[in-house]
Amino acid sequence: MAEQGKFWRAVVYGSLLIAAVYYLLPLYVMLTTSVKSMEEIRAGNLLSLPLDITFAAWSKAWSTACTGVECTGLQPYFWNSVAMVVPAVAISTALGAVNGYVLSKWQFRGSEVVFAMILFGVFIPFQVLLLPMAQTLGLFGMANSITGLVFVHVVCGLASTTLFFRNYYVGIPDELIKAARLDGAGFWRIFFRIILPMSTPILTVTVIWQFTQIWNDFLFGVVFSSIDSRPITVGLNNLANTSTSVKEYNVDMAAALIAALPTIVVYVLAGKYFVRGLTAGAVKG
Amino acid sequence: MSNTNGTAHYGFAERWLPRVVLAPSFLLSLVFIYGFIAWNGYLSFTASRMLPNYEWVGLAQYEALFASERWWVAVQNLGLFAVLFIAGAMGVGIFLAILLDQKIRAEGALRTIYLYPLALSFIVTGTAWKWMLNPGLGLEKLMHDWGFTSFTFDWLVNPDYSIYTVVIAAMWQSSGFVMALFLAGLRGIDDSIIKAAQIDGASLPRIYWRIVLPALRPVFFSTLMILSHIAIKSFDLVMALTGGGPGFSSDLPATFMYQMAFTRGQMGLGAASSMMMLATVAALVVPYLYSELRSKRRG
Amino acid sequence: MSYPKLSALTAGMMLAFTAQAAEVEVLHWWTSGGEAKAAAELKKTMEGKGHKWKDFAVAGGGGENAMTALKSRVVSGQPPAAAQIKGPAIQEWGEEGVLSSMDSVAKKEGWDKLLPPVVSNVMKYKGQYVAAPVNVHRVNWLWVNPELLKKANAKVPATIDELFVTMEALKKAGIQPLAYGGQPWQDSTVFESIALGVGGADFYQKAFVKLDAAAIKSPTMIKALDTYKKLKPYTDKNAPGREWNLATAMVINGKAAMQFMGDWAKGEFLAAGKVPGKDFLCVAAPGTEKAFTFNIDSFVFFKVPSKDAEKGQQDLASALMSPAFQQTFNLNKGSIPARTGLDMAKFDDCGKKSSTDFSASAKGNTLVPSWAHGMAMRSATQGAMYDVISQYWNDDKMTAQQAADKLAAAAKVM
Repeated sequence: MAEQGKFWRAVVYGSLLIAAVYYLLPLYVMLTTSVKSMEEIRAGNLLSLPLDITFAAWSKAWSTACTGVECTGLQPYFWNSVAMVVPAVAISTALGAVNGYVLSKWQFRGSEVVFAMILFGVFIPFQVLLLPMAQTLGLFGMANSITGLVFVHVVCGLASTTLFFRNYYVGIPDELIKAARLDGAGFWRIFFRIILPMSTPILTVTVIWQFTQIWNDFLFGVVFSSIDSRPITVGLNNLANTSTSVKEYNVDMAAALIAALPTIVVYVLAGKYFVRGLTAGAVKG
Repeated sequence: MSNTNGTAHYGFAERWLPRVVLAPSFLLSLVFIYGFIAWNGYLSFTASRMLPNYEWVGLAQYEALFASERWWVAVQNLGLFAVLFIAGAMGVGIFLAILLDQKIRAEGALRTIYLYPLALSFIVTGTAWKWMLNPGLGLEKLMHDWGFTSFTFDWLVNPDYSIYTVVIAAMWQSSGFVMALFLAGLRGIDDSIIKAAQIDGASLPRIYWRIVLPALRPVFFSTLMILSHIAIKSFDLVMALTGGGPGFSSDLPATFMYQMAFTRGQMGLGAASSMMMLATVAALVVPYLYSELRSKRRG
Repeated sequence: MSYPKLSALTAGMMLAFTAQAAEVEVLHWWTSGGEAKAAAELKKTMEGKGHKWKDFAVAGGGGENAMTALKSRVVSGQPPAAAQIKGPAIQEWGEEGVLSSMDSVAKKEGWDKLLPPVVSNVMKYKGQYVAAPVNVHRVNWLWVNPELLKKANAKVPATIDELFVTMEALKKAGIQPLAYGGQPWQDSTVFESIALGVGGADFYQKAFVKLDAAAIKSPTMIKALDTYKKLKPYTDKNAPGREWNLATAMVINGKAAMQFMGDWAKGEFLAAGKVPGKDFLCVAAPGTEKAFTFNIDSFVFFKVPSKDAEKGQQDLASALMSPAFQQTFNLNKGSIPARTGLDMAKFDDCGKKSSTDFSASAKGNTLVPSWAHGMAMRSATQGAMYDVISQYWNDDKMTAQQAADKLAAAAKVM
């Protein structure tokens, strides 16, 4: 029995490790390539370890690589992305929270229909929205600005955030609300005093989710931005995806890693809370 | 729910506040989602080329769409991709979740490793994937260098198999998320049930199969929802990995629509294809939503 | 909730309005290397004239993303002053009624005299200049690694028959004859050169410019398709999805002997420190010595709201056509100037050959537009043709006859 137990433990650890290799492989390729010199990349195997580590490609990608006529590296676009992500995540999460609160605790005639309508939005291929959205943004004077991008991300993120919060709040017992009502607490008081303090797990999940989605978005970024508002994914694309000139793969890979760094950091640092938040009820229903 | 009996106690503000709070989101989705869908639907009946125009052509765009070989390849691919991707990601995710649930050392690190692909877009990882799957550069070359010369892995460049490489990369991105969802579900299950079954002499696989997994039904359904929406919207993935190629063998409806509407100046055709996509989504999702909401009301 | 959003909205409006003043926004997809340098030259010129250059660079897939961004800009009522658009697409944009005439500049500077009619016709919509050309690329080139040919005792092919003799010799010597990149535009680029070599300029005109159904289904087309498919055994199986520059690198590094590609490939050779005529050869694609498939990059001008912006636009048009810019730009890009009569002394042998062949073919009526590069057909037709050629190349079961029939159907897509 003990022998067999040991054998199975080994199988379990073995499988987990093989899976880990599969998940890490692309990151490994990107990391090693980014610290190789171009000569080494041309000569060698792309899976081989770097012989001579150099960070020249990283500094080039950050501050001097050309992404058009401007040769400023990814730096300005990185800050554009930050300026876009913070308000977009905040607004869409806040709206999602109150929507979820209403849809679970203050239902009224037709609120289920509203929920279904908002939810259906999750499934819409966003390419459909590009041109009419462009027209609307132009009408409101928000075209090609960070404000416009924030607006688009809020509209498109509403469905997911509402879904997350609603499903989480459904799990909070109605009795709590009733008791608070008896004490004379109103709509907002209950929300801020009772519901919100209980929402940390789902807030974490939603913020991480929205942050990743918005930071990684390329489609809206490329269509609704101009030079002053261009997010980092578009900068990365301009840097790496050029049509007719010499490729510098180490710079491309370094740039890709820079673009991915914030989201990777969030997952490494907050991944634990993400899983915990899911455990706390985001997956119900 | 309780609100029907409760209304008597509500003041005027309390009765209208929820509606007012919900109104902005409702209006936003009404105008920006449904309004735009309607506009798009209208476009699909027009002769729009480079830019939208309003010259009515009836069903001509739909006829052109149904006559297009490329469209049917895209539809077939989506079916194949969705089934394999959902089944694959679900299988791998559940498997890893169960393994991780066995009181594993370094669980936190492994979990992060499985989860991090979700943090990356294919704009970032596309090139690395392309390299690894390319027979001349990646895995096949590595195996050949190691002496396994009969090893072949050329799916990326084979029109009959290119769609499967898209599945592999998509699974890489999403199976960790499935793992997290199911692990969360597993942690929510009372240990005493498992212990009781163990005392009764049931083997571990049997316990999982018969007791634990059935208890995770709700997790299963929400995961299915999430995965199917990822499948239908898959776009970056194909663009980065195969560009729809070789030829158009790995095209999906989303990439088809983008190409027609934006690159080729066949906006009407693109609009028609997106309406077909929406109709498919609606056919799948509306019944689910309906049953979901009904069961909630009963519960 | 609505207060912060409202204020954000008004702030956004103010931003958008103040950003309007006297800037020249130019959409292009020259984002790195020699091209970016060339675009930077243009920026300098414009700033010298007192305008502010606003860069609207969108890379990727030969302008696919750029087109999406451009369409959304036009729809939102804020088009850039100029955008990199070429070929019949200029007519398509003209039909949408969003382009602005540059005739005042063109008349003053006498563009009609500076440009060959083949070029100027493309730049005009309803008789008025709406676009300015910056270069002429020749597409029907064959790039050769002479060392490998010497090793195999093969000679540089001048005809299609010789091409197969050479490739066979290379293969026997254990050298991969052709470097090939399997992406739709590359498939069509190679096919276009082969079709021109097999059928000649007249056939090419009929089939790909006039889209004559009889020519598309003719035995000549079948032969062209057959010949094209016969190249496949001389390429490697890892070609699908390969970028063109990686294929060029194979020729540079001696992994393959030849590549069909336009003259932008030269930049790769030069960047690797190779010398034209010695380390690599540029010859006309087999059987097309007398002909010239052209690919002209140009900028179209959009209707802009203010007089200031119009002034900037006109200055841009004039800068684009100036001898100084045309020379610097094309030295960087590997192409030749679009305006005639410029001194070619600074150009290398490939550039000089391209220039003389351009004039000669214009006189001999063998100057034809490259359909694979959007110079001959509407974008929808071209896309449908791409689909057929790529499918035919990749699907070993498809016959030339079937492909020809599909091409004929594709020609009807508008």
